[in-house]
Amino acid sequence: MIDINALIGPYPFRHVPHPDPEVLVRVLDREGLEGAWVGHLPSAFYRDPSLGNRELYSALAPFASRLRPVPTIRPDWPKWDSALRDAADAGAPAIRAYPPQWSMGPHDSSMKELALAAGEQGRALVLTVRFEDLRQRHPLDSAGDLSAAAIRSLARAGESVRLVVTAASREMIEEVHWGLTPAEQTRVFWDISWIWGPPEDHLAKLIGAIGADRFVFGTQWPLRLTQTPRANLDLLPDELRSSTLTDASAVCRAGVISSGGVHK
Amino acid sequence: MPPSRDAASPLAGPEPLIDAHAHFYHAGCGRADWAEVNAARLRAGDRIGITYHVASVLGSFGFTSPTYFPSPSDVTRGNDVMLDLCARDRERLRMKVTVNPNYTEHALSEIERCAAREAIGVKLAASRRADDPLLDPVCELAGARGMPILHHIWQHRRREWPSQEISDGADLARLANRHPKTNFILAHIGGGGDYMHTFPAVVDCPNIYPDLSGSGVDRGMLDAALDALGPGRLLWGCDLTIDTGLAKLRALEVIGLSADDMTAIRWGNAAKIFPAGSFPRCGMSRPRVGSAAPASMSEV
Repeated sequence: MIDINALIGPYPFRHVPHPDPEVLVRVLDREGLEGAWVGHLPSAFYRDPSLGNRELYSALAPFASRLRPVPTIRPDWPKWDSALRDAADAGAPAIRAYPPQWSMGPHDSSMKELALAAGEQGRALVLTVRFEDLRQRHPLDSAGDLSAAAIRSLARAGESVRLVVTAASREMIEEVHWGLTPAEQTRVFWDISWIWGPPEDHLAKLIGAIGADRFVFGTQWPLRLTQTPRANLDLLPDELRSSTLTDASAVCRAGVISSGGVHK
Repeated sequence: MPPSRDAASPLAGPEPLIDAHAHFYHAGCGRADWAEVNAARLRAGDRIGITYHVASVLGSFGFTSPTYFPSPSDVTRGNDVMLDLCARDRERLRMKVTVNPNYTEHALSEIERCAAREAIGVKLAASRRADDPLLDPVCELAGARGMPILHHIWQHRRREWPSQEISDGADLARLANRHPKTNFILAHIGGGGDYMHTFPAVVDCPNIYPDLSGSGVDRGMLDAALDALGPGRLLWGCDLTIDTGLAKLRALEVIGLSADDMTAIRWGNAAKIFPAGSFPRCGMSRPRVGSAAPASMSEV
């Protein structure tokens, strides 16, 4: 199993213990995970993420067999298409973008262009609904959550689009899923890092209603405890405990790119 | 409902485990799935290995009066439901009596009424700021009866929020200092707000025991709690998310606490602050409590 929602680097609004790739590899070993798709946490808050991407590629290089880079690409920045080519050269299975942090509205045309371009390469676009609970945010952390409308808009942008939406909760997932056609629904995958388990059983209800194949394993390490999504799966009701989440390899367009080891 | 087959091989191991912060619903809560949610709590509890759920009912949970400002009649009905649940499942359930301190006489009479039927703690929601003098008679009575008070807390309040009169660790510390013979459970360090404000706010109040419950699972939160307060001051709990409770137990194991310290957090500290004999399935003798030594920063 691959953790498709891991990050390295510090977070600007609170201290995060040792968010380093060598620590992440030890955590993956401990948790029995094969590898991770890894983003660069500070890049979400940079105006220009390109230097953050360089740091990411460099930091992950010694761990290439386990950690796959997921660079941040800002589509309203000059030469973003060359950043996408760099991502391809680096074997990135996906890219990340942060519309709220860049003040982009839900129907931003450059975001659609980016989602389509990445999708045509077979790369997923990883979106982040939130980094922290609304109730604990720093006063300067004013970007707000990614909206359901923004996700729907990108899912509708075209057939090639593949979205991995991280840190969404039940209400948002339902709002987006049932607001898309069946074909559009297949373009969206959800990580389970922020979905509640029992007693409300949000994960169980979602799996029952829309299927386990729409979900992928993600932790949001180093911000959140790695143990949480596994605990949630362990506590599914008996009838759902054998549910299988979608493997990272199925998120990338079949045959175009691998999700595990280095692929150029 | 009897304990399920999961009770034989619990995910969190065979040692006793007390959820110090649980809730149950009833038909008057306005949600059709109330019984399913109650059953799901017990199902997940058995699978983890929760020995006792120490639970309360917050009135009608907003259906006929606000969750955090329950009317006296809703308070009474909710407490009746909890009494009945405990009577039917003495194996697994223990009760905290919910009160609204704005109705002093009603609050005191509810504590007396429910304590007579084996309630072991008191639940204060967010009906009044924690340091308000209106809470004093409730705290005096609870202390006299040896019942700890679980107080709903927002970790660092920076403004008012709707639907509750929130309190934070500093507010609760002022109350706890006025009532040194009463024990207080500071609710859900993972339940919203900035827990890093809470720990220094309560460190000098030995009668405040934060519980670990809440949906928040920030890395560093458990390390910081242990570093600031030590394992002898922390209670395990779930509140509305049992999955995060299990994750935190597993994270505590990774931190590498001693067996005694794990025992303290799992059930020993709860056994220490609730009335003697409240948890017979946790063993005949009171446990050793956690050491004061802080845990080192971990890779949880």
